Amino acid sequence: MAMTMTQKILAAHAGLDEVVAGQLIEAKLDVVMANDITGPMALPIFKQMADKVYDKDAVLLVPDHFTPNKDIKSAENSKAIREFSFEQGLTHHMEQGKCGVEHAILPEKGLVVAGECIIGADSHTCTYGALGAFSTGVGTTDIARGMATGESWFKVPSAIKFNLTGTLNPFVSGKDVILHIINMIGVDGALYRSMEFVGDGVAALTMDDRFTICNMAIEAGAKNGIFPVDEQTIEYLNEHTTKEWKAYEADEDAQYDEVYDINLNDIRPMVAFPHLPGNGHTIDQVEADEKIYIDQVVIGSCTNGRMSDLRKAAAILKGQTVHERVRVMVVPATPKIAIQCIKEGLAEIFIESGCAFNTPSCGPCMGGHMGVMAKGEKCVSSTNRNFVGRMGDTQSLIYLASPETAAASAIAGYIANPEKFGGNK
Amino acid sequence: MKAQGTVLKYGDNVDTDVIIPARYLNSFDAKELATHAMVDIDPTFVERVQPGDIMVAGKNFGCGSSREHAPLCLKTAGVSCVIAKSFARIFYRNAINIGFAILECEEAADDIEEGNQVAIDFDSGIITNLTKNKQYQAQPFPPFLQKMISENGLVNYVNNQKGNK
Repeated sequence: MAMTMTQKILAAHAGLDEVVAGQLIEAKLDVVMANDITGPMALPIFKQMADKVYDKDAVLLVPDHFTPNKDIKSAENSKAIREFSFEQGLTHHMEQGKCGVEHAILPEKGLVVAGECIIGADSHTCTYGALGAFSTGVGTTDIARGMATGESWFKVPSAIKFNLTGTLNPFVSGKDVILHIINMIGVDGALYRSMEFVGDGVAALTMDDRFTICNMAIEAGAKNGIFPVDEQTIEYLNEHTTKEWKAYEADEDAQYDEVYDINLNDIRPMVAFPHLPGNGHTIDQVEADEKIYIDQVVIGSCTNGRMSDLRKAAAILKGQTVHERVRVMVVPATPKIAIQCIKEGLAEIFIESGCAFNTPSCGPCMGGHMGVMAKGEKCVSSTNRNFVGRMGDTQSLIYLASPETAAASAIAGYIANPEKFGGNK
Repeated sequence: MKAQGTVLKYGDNVDTDVIIPARYLNSFDAKELATHAMVDIDPTFVERVQPGDIMVAGKNFGCGSSREHAPLCLKTAGVSCVIAKSFARIFYRNAINIGFAILECEEAADDIEEGNQVAIDFDSGIITNLTKNKQYQAQPFPPFLQKMISENGLVNYVNNQKGNK
């Protein structure tokens, strides 16, 4: 029976020659990750099943959501996973100031690689599909069991194939691709299923584009998003990891529930209006209507806080001034990215233009801290969710967009077309 | 297993950020979380909900974050079951893992109205609307998940497996 790329990875980790969609399996896990929100809650559950983690190299606890700790309770939570990490002797101890956002730091440190089966107690764990891994978000009890036994149960997903062709135009990036796709298939369009991205167009997408696209697979309801391993992936893995990795390919005759052909040349800068990531509009539709004036801009997160994101945002903000009615939070996703921003002069560009340049954290994305909104305020954000109350008051509004659209909007004071604010305008 | 209660009805795509907003996630104390359940789309929920009440919603219930705090706070608030057209996959797993009853039934989700009295027989998957005197058949769980539910969640399932090895 022909298998998709995801099915092949799951079969290998279940010790089976083949699996079929709908089959329930127990699979071995290569990486088990939790953060300062989901980790502390998992510890008492873990202790009902085991005293020691199944593999000190494979269990990762990343304090990134409410860090630097925003209040006493979050400090207690960070303390709980910190003490557990030392007590268990975890190989990769993570700490504020040294780690950053989980879904950026794991690939950067080479802790997740192609061919692996990974679970994380965070819905955006699907990010690592960009490297050709099966990677999915789970809850606290699942992660506690994963930490204890190195196994998890899965229902083998069927898949949707996205056949990509062409290349992206300037000022269009992975964020626009995924917002376009979610707008097309809906926020439950890939529910329980894999999103497999294939075709000649894959080569035209940078690794950062692929991370962004897989990161938001969950916003279409998907179990995972996945890219094939190509030259760029291999180059990335060679640069970042010493772990063994394996490339899997879908069978040519693998079955897909649906196939979409997407020409990357046709994709426009996209903006997802409140309150769903699927509520996408092209920048042309936005420009045709009355201007949407904004109060805040966020550039960062596991979706778009990587080096190329910040370079693109800085290229637009260079020599410009953030609008007097707008405040901007720039949040590099990892310390390494922050240092690179300083070395390349991007930090100076952000700060001189009037942005707050913050320490790596999930920060304002989930309304925890570092940019919480008041009633009636509007934000253009490079993050992943625009749900009611996600970034503050229930009557605040989030518009999701690329770092470039966010940067252009910061200057304009309203949701603006990056093509008209970009470097060579 | 059976449940009976008054229905609280919601629409499509009820996300985990509204079930339990992130600003309350500095705690995982179930009782404390339950005092904030649904606050961002229904500030009256916590006052109205009675032990045994049943939530009925549209498609993609529980979409968004992986926070297990979401099913936990609804369970602790007294909700006996959520009936929806479909569930987001992480919420679905989390609910089963903590022994919180959920059922997928498109017909029931469409037909049942706010305030209806509903009874559920989990063994047969039959949902009875006592107000409208109608019955609906929910999708049965696969046997593997039925076993996990009957063992009252994932922790017991894992510990029982260890015992069998």
